[in-house]
Amino acid sequence: MSIVRPYGDTTGDGMVQLSFTLPVVHDKRAEGAALQLAAKMGMEPAMLVHAKPMGDGFTFFVVYGRVAHLVDTDQVQVVERDFPLLSAKEVNAVIKRRLRRRLNVVGACIGTDAHTVGIDAILNVKGIAGEKGLEYYRELAVTNMGAQVSVPDLVETARAQKADAVLVSQVVTQRDAHLQNTRAMSAAFREALPAGKRPLLIVGGPRFDELMAGELGVDRIFGRGTTPGEVASYLVHALLGSQN
Amino acid sequence: MTGKLDLDPGVVAKARALAARAGQPVVDLARSHTTVSVERAVLRLAGVQGADSDGIPWVNRLVDTVRADVGLGHGVALPVFDAMRSTGVDDVTVLAQKAAAGAVRFAVPERKADLAAARRAARRATGAGLKLVDRRRAERDRLIKRYGDPRQRPWIYLIVATGDIFEDIPQAQAAARAGADVIAVIRSTGQSLLDYVPEGATREGFAGTYATQENFRLMRAALDETSKELGRYVRLTNYASGLCMPEIAALAGMERLDMMLNDSMYGILFRDINPIRTFVDQRFSRQVHARAGIIINTGEDNYLTTADAVEAAHTVTVSQLLNEFFAHEAGLADWQLGLGHAFEINPDLPDSFRMELAHALLARELFPDAPLKWMPPTKHMTGDVFRGNLLDGFFNLVGALTGQGILLVGMMTEAVVTPWLSDRDIALQNVRYVLNGAGNLHEDFVPAPGGFIQSRAHEVLGEAVGLLARIVDDTLLDAIADGTFGIMKRPADRGKGLDGVARHEDDYYNPVTEALEA
Repeated sequence: MSIVRPYGDTTGDGMVQLSFTLPVVHDKRAEGAALQLAAKMGMEPAMLVHAKPMGDGFTFFVVYGRVAHLVDTDQVQVVERDFPLLSAKEVNAVIKRRLRRRLNVVGACIGTDAHTVGIDAILNVKGIAGEKGLEYYRELAVTNMGAQVSVPDLVETARAQKADAVLVSQVVTQRDAHLQNTRAMSAAFREALPAGKRPLLIVGGPRFDELMAGELGVDRIFGRGTTPGEVASYLVHALLGSQN
Repeated sequence: MTGKLDLDPGVVAKARALAARAGQPVVDLARSHTTVSVERAVLRLAGVQGADSDGIPWVNRLVDTVRADVGLGHGVALPVFDAMRSTGVDDVTVLAQKAAAGAVRFAVPERKADLAAARRAARRATGAGLKLVDRRRAERDRLIKRYGDPRQRPWIYLIVATGDIFEDIPQAQAAARAGADVIAVIRSTGQSLLDYVPEGATREGFAGTYATQENFRLMRAALDETSKELGRYVRLTNYASGLCMPEIAALAGMERLDMMLNDSMYGILFRDINPIRTFVDQRFSRQVHARAGIIINTGEDNYLTTADAVEAAHTVTVSQLLNEFFAHEAGLADWQLGLGHAFEINPDLPDSFRMELAHALLARELFPDAPLKWMPPTKHMTGDVFRGNLLDGFFNLVGALTGQGILLVGMMTEAVVTPWLSDRDIALQNVRYVLNGAGNLHEDFVPAPGGFIQSRAHEVLGEAVGLLARIVDDTLLDAIADGTFGIMKRPADRGKGLDGVARHEDDYYNPVTEALEA
């Protein structure tokens, strides 16, 4: 069945919860305004379950209610994983057999972004969610350049290390910094290296839209919750072709 | 609050002695080197102000010019004040402008009389800056007496970070009215690696607002108004970290900031700043903070965001002991040591909360007179805001049970968005409920003798002593190079800002250090 509705406690009840703040003093009119917003968002009927004044002239609301909208799961567009998920051992074996040398990976946070948490989760031996990072893979040679790396430095290092793949992490999204930095990075690589010599360009971060790879000029975007194993599997798939 | 863990005083004394032995070589290193930022801080205290039309501060232009003429190893004070006399300029900023235009040649005075005159002039000028710092400190004492300290401990510490100082101000005032005792203005992410302090009021920043003298002044003035309105002195915090920490410390002293983030190793580990640069800048900035009556906040919480909070618990203790040693050496008193630690254990582990209690209590008992800074969960905040709010509640409970001095309010939207107005309100409601509901529960909270909490605390302290002993054998610089703290490997001959370091020549002179060590 491809048509679904939100589920509260009964199939098809369509119940959702919503919280938000309006820049108005808390009174009857404010509560009415909150319900008006809920109605415009498709919540009908909406129940105002909580309203609380905050600071000078703001009110916080929690609304529960039924939405009339239907969701068609057949119409959903996402980037499905189009490569097999391999174990570290399998990744190492494929690289060894097909590449006959270690696969070079260069990673960095570029621009003003100082949040290395993303790149470190993927690259550091420590890894994330119980999965070891790429440094743990015997057949991967990892250079982690850390935070606030300039694009020219990244290109230079990628060239010097003969990078097969470049991983860039972007956490800060103020003023769309993540998008601008990514475009600048992919443009710099296009300028510096001819098509056949260019490393695989991968960006990751919690606020990227995985569908934007083409628009940003990169080969792949990884979003929230990506694990090192997925990245390693993708590298092998994209650079060496899938096994089996 | 002491004696709940039954710590062996012999082991505690041994830990401190080892920290002193591990730290001493670094202090010696700091005493025999200077940096461009230390010298710029001297010039700021001597009265150099403003920036050129490109926004490069005159202190940078002046230090660069002096350095090109005579190097950095003599210190800039003597060449600069000798040039003041020989050129007849009586304003240091004007001298900086002339020097930048190429109109001044700098030299280290050789004649005894010239040397003495330059020293005298340098001492007088920087003395005026230090006198301003002293006046600011007295002013703080007066305002605290007038308006009063927060009624409860821990003090409630809230962050604002819009990037625009004129947005920050109303947000900070609203946060104070909602119950915050301490306001921290987070810096723009790029700032730690800038080798100059931006000038003026700023309205553009990335995930934070630039630390500038004018931004400091504007925010302090706004919070003075709010303090008066609330009948409670609201403290202001910023960051003396990154490549410009000595200068920012001096600016903080001159603008009456009350707390500064100032960790001995954070820049090395997390910003890849050269270790020697950091330790030299650290010592000077701590000396300034000591003089200014500023409470420092150290950054041990950060180790736990990269390393595992259980396996690496003892690295926090080791860093706290080192930070304490470096702080005392620089003249800071115990009440100025906001030693950091954090609630970062994986909540899925069995007994995670008991371990948090053990670690927090260990910090409390090791440093009974320090206003410990208790940092909320970040690593295990997943975007599930409901679970996040629960975790923050347990974090607050540990704070109440273990007598923490400064509690950084955790946001359920950590890792999701920069805090919204409603996030802050919900977070403060959480803090108020827990502190009020728990009341004086810490009086009843006495871990069982030989029980889990005591044993865990003893274990962590034991591991800390073991690691300190290895650091003493290995030297602290090598331990940092090997990735002992927070997994980052940082060799002493690498990292940013190394080219701004110089070994003291025999005739090195720094009138500020001289006054601060007197």
